[in-house]
Amino acid sequence: MSVLVYTESENGKLKKAALECVSYAKAIANDMGTSVTAIAINANDIETLGNYGADKVLNVKDDALNPFNAKKYAGVIEQAAKKEDSKVVVVSSSADSKYLAPLLAVGLEAGYVSNVVEKPSSLSPFTVKRTAFTNKAFANTEISTDVKLVGLSNNSFGLVESGGSASIEDFSPSISESGVTVESVDKAAGKVTIADAEVVVSGGRGLKGPENWGLVEDLAEVLGAATACSKPVSDLGWRSHSEHVGQTGKPVATNLYIAIGISGAIQHLAGISASKVKVVINTDPEAPFFKAADYGIVGDAFEVVPVLTEKLKAFKAQNA
Amino acid sequence: MKILVCISHVPDTTSKINFTDGNTKFDTNGVQYVINPNDEFGLTRAMWFKEKQGASVDVVNVGGPETEPTLRKALAIGADSAIRVNTEAKDGFAVAKELAKVVTDGGYDLVIAGRESIDYNGGMVPGMLSELVGANFVTNCISLEVDGTNAKAVREIDGGKETVNTSLPLVIGGQKGLVEESDLRIPNMRGIMMARKKPLNVVEPIGANAETAANSFEKPAPKGAVKLVDADNIDELINLLHNEAKVI
Repeated sequence: MSVLVYTESENGKLKKAALECVSYAKAIANDMGTSVTAIAINANDIETLGNYGADKVLNVKDDALNPFNAKKYAGVIEQAAKKEDSKVVVVSSSADSKYLAPLLAVGLEAGYVSNVVEKPSSLSPFTVKRTAFTNKAFANTEISTDVKLVGLSNNSFGLVESGGSASIEDFSPSISESGVTVESVDKAAGKVTIADAEVVVSGGRGLKGPENWGLVEDLAEVLGAATACSKPVSDLGWRSHSEHVGQTGKPVATNLYIAIGISGAIQHLAGISASKVKVVINTDPEAPFFKAADYGIVGDAFEVVPVLTEKLKAFKAQNA
Repeated sequence: MKILVCISHVPDTTSKINFTDGNTKFDTNGVQYVINPNDEFGLTRAMWFKEKQGASVDVVNVGGPETEPTLRKALAIGADSAIRVNTEAKDGFAVAKELAKVVTDGGYDLVIAGRESIDYNGGMVPGMLSELVGANFVTNCISLEVDGTNAKAVREIDGGKETVNTSLPLVIGGQKGLVEESDLRIPNMRGIMMARKKPLNVVEPIGANAETAANSFEKPAPKGAVKLVDADNIDELINLLHNEAKVI
């Protein structure tokens, strides 16, 4: 009956979102009066899961599960949920978790709600709050099936350390066949991704051309941030589509979002509205972004941003 | 190759979002509806297959009669025929079950849906559909080539991309990248005239049960006014981010 949580890892290392999902699962388990079981696949640092509330870790190590495959992973998590007789299963909002979750939902005959931002407001009926209309609203959504699958929005619940420790149990599920095989993965090593970043620095048309992106990249480097861009910038081909944030691009739910030379179209603001603190730097004081931001500087990015980068560098050095 | 493109009928991206009936229903008053942008990229890619590889392209929507103008637009862009499953789209699972029936009855080889709709953003219909019909599945798809029954797709992953090999029958969760924004087609007068004569078949639902229900809605709390910092006083911004917002 334990709450099952899939703790995603990359290159053997648990993701921050995995620890957040365990913290979240622990809060649900406390309300339900039950325990938390984490399932980790080819992760090495699983001892830390106890600290975030896992009572038990099902430890799966199998080369057939490398690289990630949605069908195979969904099958493994399904077997874990059945073994634990879990009525609530928690996954993150990473690209991989969102890929496998619908397959898992069908396998478990579980009602699935994604983009959940709070712990359930009620266990019976089981009701969770999720974002809808690309962050322009929230929907209080009831799940009526026996087994519930919850997709937690990244950075919505936070990390909660409980100081506990988890027992570790080796788990060897059967691995299903998949008709999808990975030929190659193209991923910049060591670069912070928009999905995992605590800080995102984003540039718009106000930067005038791709040759000026050094401004954005330098600031991002000081902050350990991911870089992003507005839709016109990706449409113009200045930056890759994968950096486009907004309603038809990627959603951003980060702690700090810095927008440089972005006017703030409604679609862009929707996509970034789940971010906690927003800073805008724009020459036009009438830009709509100023209505959505927490802090703003009316000024020329080409003058303001290099100064900000230098001063942050000094600040970071002082506070290191 | 028989292609089915799933079309979600969604509020235009510029729509103001409001609710009525004690915040239990979406307020459709004054809202313009469009083809879900992620679906439109998929539809345009399907048109490419039709023109270059001789595929047939049908479009489908699960919804009431009010969604028909959106299906007609898809026909005007170039789809051959449209299917409307005559029932309210209750939740992702119910929609996936209704679509599964259409896919099985029509014997489609390739189903292209958007990776998510921009109204409920569930991102679950394509994956559930693939499981229900026993097809392969690739989501966040930014490139798709089909050769016979083999397919090569590129999936956007966090921080990069992944190239995969798979085969038909296949369900795709598509997005921008399947085609470029500049490849999207605005229906011309000839297309619109032809669309009026193309079949739009209304089929009755199997009556699939929903597993989830959005019982009430909320809008985000109104935001306080922006704090403006003078461009000559960057130290103040750093101070605010550190001591007030506590994000650096």
